Amino acid sequence: MDQIAVHQDSATSTDWPVAIYRTLKNFGVAQVSYVPDAGHSKLIKLSHADADIKTTVLTTEEEGVALSAGAWLGGDRAVLLMQSSGVGNCVNMLSLMASCRFPLLTLVTMRGEWAEFNPWQIPMGRATPQAFEIMGATVLRLENPDDAEEVISAAASLAYDGDQQVAVLISQRMIGRKKWTKETH
Amino acid sequence: MSAPTGTLDRRAAVKALLADRGDLLVISGLGSSSYDVFDAGEHRGNFYLWGAMGGAAMVGLGLALAQPKRPVLVITGDGEQLMGIGSLLTIATKQPGNLSIAVLDNGHFGETGMQPSHSGLGAKLEVIASGAGIGNVSDIADMAGIERFRNSLRDLGGGPRLARIRIAAGEVERALPPRDGAYLKNRFRGHLGFQVR
Repeated sequence: MDQIAVHQDSATSTDWPVAIYRTLKNFGVAQVSYVPDAGHSKLIKLSHADADIKTTVLTTEEEGVALSAGAWLGGDRAVLLMQSSGVGNCVNMLSLMASCRFPLLTLVTMRGEWAEFNPWQIPMGRATPQAFEIMGATVLRLENPDDAEEVISAAASLAYDGDQQVAVLISQRMIGRKKWTKETH
Repeated sequence: MSAPTGTLDRRAAVKALLADRGDLLVISGLGSSSYDVFDAGEHRGNFYLWGAMGGAAMVGLGLALAQPKRPVLVITGDGEQLMGIGSLLTIATKQPGNLSIAVLDNGHFGETGMQPSHSGLGAKLEVIASGAGIGNVSDIADMAGIERFRNSLRDLGGGPRLARIRIAAGEVERALPPRDGAYLKNRFRGHLGFQVR
């Protein structure tokens, strides 16, 4: 797919998923797992189209935590993509990463924090940073598309070189308002 | 319908599975499965889980994808696999030929007081695996079946496989493997030739 386009220097502020993809490639990421999310859809497509990345769709987020541990045992660097609504599912499995000091890099698109119309998204969105922190994970924020490379790069170093569990929370403001109906407010 | 539980001795079954293991890499699920694998013989290519219930098969998948030229065997219990039942669907989407899962099925949650498990109450893990898209499934009730399954493990194009192994529900003496996770991780990676930094 977009491999050629991606390798041309075409990133703009709206192309932050491309900037994330390139940064992950620079870090030699060989496995990507995900629970589908609209905010990650471009990165998921790029990952599936890349023959050097083994891309795995999950039934629930904690599978990706365990997958990342197995990947590391076998010498692969892995990344887990999810939405904030799935973070709570990971809490118990994060003990695997802490107990063994496995690196974990997870990129989380936020819901429930910016122009959210669905109240059911708000409790887990609000608890997302704490859900990681109670298990000892480091939480970084990506608020501005232009910072994508710098933040993902810092997170990847902390995870793969520092043997830490690192979550990058991607602000809902970057993803934009979800359009559900034609109704205007 | 056949009886939900079996008669195989779990220690003898696991020992037979791991005989002449060659370059086999092993992930064991928490509780008795880890004790069985340790009892069969300590090995740097063993990674024993002491927690992470429901995660054994997914650790196996990540490893199998990273090491496609090595056979990977997950040895776990019915309760552990039931908690991560969705992982069977996830594994099926990747069709890793080098990944095999042996579920030691005694139909009970052995570690916590022998309460009947879902498989003891009628669920058939090999049928669920088949429905999930794992093409190579078996239901093993005797040592000849264990031997056939063991001989198939080195066929790296034959997986993913899942074998439900019907073991007896009795308690066996605990055999405790090392439980320092960072040690087990580094030992395993060292076995594969990765430097500990």
